[in-house]
Amino acid sequence: MVEFRIDRRSGVATYLQIVHQTKQALRLGLLEPGDKLPTAREVVEATAINPNTVLKAYRELEREGLVEARRGLGTFVRRSLGSTPADSPLRGELVEWATRAREAGLEKDDVAALFTSVLDEQFKGDHA
Amino acid sequence: MSDTAIEAAALGKRYGRRGWALRACSFRLPAGRVCAVVGPNGAGKSTLLAHAAGLLRPTEGSLTVLGTSPAAARDRIAYVAQEKPLYPQLTVADTLRLGAELNPARWDGRVADRVVQEGGLDPGARVRTLSGGQRTRVALALALGKRPELMLLDEPMADLDPLARHQLMGTLMAEAVEHGTTVVMSSHIIGELADACDHLLLVSGGRVRLGGPIDDLVAAHTLVTGLAPASDLAPHTVVESRATGRGTTALIRHEGPVGDGWDAEEPSLEELLLAHLRSPDAPPLLAPDTTARAARGVAA
Repeated sequence: MVEFRIDRRSGVATYLQIVHQTKQALRLGLLEPGDKLPTAREVVEATAINPNTVLKAYRELEREGLVEARRGLGTFVRRSLGSTPADSPLRGELVEWATRAREAGLEKDDVAALFTSVLDEQFKGDHA
Repeated sequence: MSDTAIEAAALGKRYGRRGWALRACSFRLPAGRVCAVVGPNGAGKSTLLAHAAGLLRPTEGSLTVLGTSPAAARDRIAYVAQEKPLYPQLTVADTLRLGAELNPARWDGRVADRVVQEGGLDPGARVRTLSGGQRTRVALALALGKRPELMLLDEPMADLDPLARHQLMGTLMAEAVEHGTTVVMSSHIIGELADACDHLLLVSGGRVRLGGPIDDLVAAHTLVTGLAPASDLAPHTVVESRATGRGTTALIRHEGPVGDGWDAEEPSLEELLLAHLRSPDAPPLLAPDTTARAARGVAA
């Protein structure tokens, strides 16, 4: 069972924190297709947030096709998120690229900024 | 079951020489919401809750609860007053037994016992020996045990430690989602309630200033910063404006898109409330399904 951690000071809307944490659990393999998400009652009892916030997060996950609500049974994971295992070719290429960036004299922050800007450009207009 | 938990029509209450505690309050609270009643000290929050509980009679106007008069709805309402009145000579266990005997048709001993146990309270302890926070726990156990359709909680969290607050708020939310209970909680600290509530009534100076779903109320306002004076913000309603450097910062209720030259942001709930409290003359705003409908002939 995943547990949600609500950070009241983060400035991120509470329902988005639940959406992000569910996605992170999918990426990390903590949740797999067929697994059940905690019920709204379980989440609000543990976090003291409003039930509608949980339902809003689950609706958003459902809209993105990641989970499905089965009447009377609960909310279940439908599909996993494109996780990249440690030995994938993409990761290998990224390691090579980062090594070259470092050799070219870039600092860690420079590399991160460069990577983020390319990422933003490539995924422009996609839904968060 | 009524789709309306509380409906007030031109409700007013005058306390002798102290004057009007509430005046011209009209609003509707749909059933099933978790509503925060917020406002400064002396705003009229407790007076409003006591009317809903049927403990005060309106001086003018009317108020209905769960589709009927507060008196007729009494066995479906749980009310926890600010001072958490209990019988000081009774033990914790006797207090819960009293709850069971007074509410034979509805009593849920399971949830009441659990709330008391989670606080580590000795069932044999007399209520007068308990701390303020422990008494609050017993009062909330009684209210939850009654399994009401409407819970009216006046400053319920004020004397609880952070752990107890989190735990009891979690229990309240779990009961609300399971049974569709309408919960109305007052506080002068919005931060305490913001995560738990989906609905808001802002009361100040005896009037309802804002009412509706929190998300809708926030979305109806914009925080703008620009170089023009506040008078350029028409046709929007300016709730509050201030000079910032050479320009203006204002909280507005937007009518259509905000014009060029203004940097627009969504305000936080706290910014929204503070702006309204600092500007007592700003017009009130009630979301569409929260305005009082025509009175339906039920005397309060």
